[in-house]
Amino acid sequence: MWELIRVNKRNSIILLTVMALVLLALGFVIGLGFMGPRGGFTGIIIATAVWFIMTIISFAGGDQILLRASRATPVTHDVHPQLFNIVEEMKIAASLPKMPKVYIINDPAPNAFATGRSPETASVAVTAGLLARLNRDELQGVVAHEVSHILHRDILFVTLAGVMLGTIVILSQIFLRGMFYSSMGSRRRYSSGGKGSGQAAILLIIIAIIAAVLAPIMAQLLYFALSRKREYLADAGAARLTRYPEGLASALEKIANDPSPQLASVNKVTAPMYIANPFKKKGTRKLSDLTSTHPPISERVKILRNMARGASFKDYSDAFTKVTKHSTVVPAVAFTKEDIALRQASEQAKKKQRTEKQLRQVGDIMRRVNGFAFLGCLCGLTLKIPPNYKAPSVKCPRCKRVLDIKKHSSKPSK
Amino acid sequence: MGTTLITLIVILVLAVILVASIIGIYNALVRFRNQVDNAWSQIDVQLKRRHDLIPNLVETAKGYMKHERGTLEAVTNARAAAMGAKGVAGAAKAEGALGEALSKFMLVVENYPDLKANTNFLQVQEELTSTENKIAFSRQAYNDQVLFFNNKIQMFPSNIIAGMFVFTKRDFFEIEAPAEREVPKVDFSS
Repeated sequence: MWELIRVNKRNSIILLTVMALVLLALGFVIGLGFMGPRGGFTGIIIATAVWFIMTIISFAGGDQILLRASRATPVTHDVHPQLFNIVEEMKIAASLPKMPKVYIINDPAPNAFATGRSPETASVAVTAGLLARLNRDELQGVVAHEVSHILHRDILFVTLAGVMLGTIVILSQIFLRGMFYSSMGSRRRYSSGGKGSGQAAILLIIIAIIAAVLAPIMAQLLYFALSRKREYLADAGAARLTRYPEGLASALEKIANDPSPQLASVNKVTAPMYIANPFKKKGTRKLSDLTSTHPPISERVKILRNMARGASFKDYSDAFTKVTKHSTVVPAVAFTKEDIALRQASEQAKKKQRTEKQLRQVGDIMRRVNGFAFLGCLCGLTLKIPPNYKAPSVKCPRCKRVLDIKKHSSKPSK
Repeated sequence: MGTTLITLIVILVLAVILVASIIGIYNALVRFRNQVDNAWSQIDVQLKRRHDLIPNLVETAKGYMKHERGTLEAVTNARAAAMGAKGVAGAAKAEGALGEALSKFMLVVENYPDLKANTNFLQVQEELTSTENKIAFSRQAYNDQVLFFNNKIQMFPSNIIAGMFVFTKRDFFEIEAPAEREVPKVDFSS
């Protein structure tokens, strides 16, 4: 496990260096294209400055921006004891130094993500729809996947690479649009210099345009490829932490087959952070295409279900090779000699849940998150009192008993 | 004159590198050993939590399970025994017995639908399930740390430093209760 973290760090540094070189080269070429032969160095400085500012912003408040943007509310143990307990279980299993903060997102689409640059400042957010649909084992699998992202330092990597990618895209966009509007003027300017240098300038501009078109595409493909690999590794980590790959497998299946509309507040940059691609596509694509942030869910499920012998990284790697016919995604250093047996499903997991009940639960979870009080009347009715209701008591609409809000409000239960 | 100076500098540089790497490896070993100790204390925390939860559980169940006095008493007694147990081996054995008593209790609960629907009981049950999981996971995390630490102690080059400063191998935390090791048997004959 610790060997894997070290290799991940090294791979991240290599990838970030490559992307930084692409960025600098792009800055250089754009500088040449815009300002003539002397402009290359200025271009590099501008590119670095833009990247630097964006990195500082994302470091200062990246996770808060993300949580705010996805409308996540921080919750305590009382709001959803089971979720809180499961996060704590996974924190213990992964020996994280600190308990991650727990958030619930008011959205019926089942999904989850983790954020935070280091294991000390991490947060885990899940949607209300996820909580209502999954049983304990499945929820544990999803949380384990997110905790694995935290443990493997994937969030830091996604943030840094995402910022770098964003800078490359912005620069090339500015350049291409700038070229389009000023193409006439610049050509006139350079042609006055002399026969040879005029031709050289046009050649430079053509190279710059090609670079500006290719650089973002290359950076994106690189970014997506690593994002997919990290998803596989987080799945492997989740199986290892829970000793129960079936939990995550059936959770992923439920998420994939869910009929509710796609998550309300996502964008392309935050997509790799989620457990399953939050963008829903019409029709199922079988192949993992190059522009996807996540491997196809059906494949992930199949790999997890093929882990018959144990839950170590080696077992996941074997299952991966068997399902995809590709060589492994797991770095060889993670194969420490460990024998990890699988465990049985828990008792609660075997019960079936009805759909209507689940949908009512989504509402109840959100009311709890938003500070509603729940009053149990003796006639069996449960009254849900909004937090802005100030009177000390309320009359039961069915049996007309007067209920004291403070005395009767029950602690939430699952 | 020149060559001796160069040789001296080379030797000095090599010595500095050697000392620095010894310090580095030593510090890493100390860090890993502290992680093992910390993981061990995590198990302890969760075991205490289980002891604290049981009176609550028994209190809630009492009203519903009038005819199961024996099962409840077994749980209470096992808890008392586990709290009084001394030494790692003794604690492991007593905790194993407590775990067994609890799982027997949970099986009996299946026959009492009223109890199973009780909000308070559901809450305690979730806490207990989670604590059982936390015990298992902290044991798992401890064993992970021990495996890593033991590997470091035995592998070159850290084994030299480990030998110099007497770092000793740690034991894995094994399950003591024989029932927990066995795969549950399903009997259709009765």
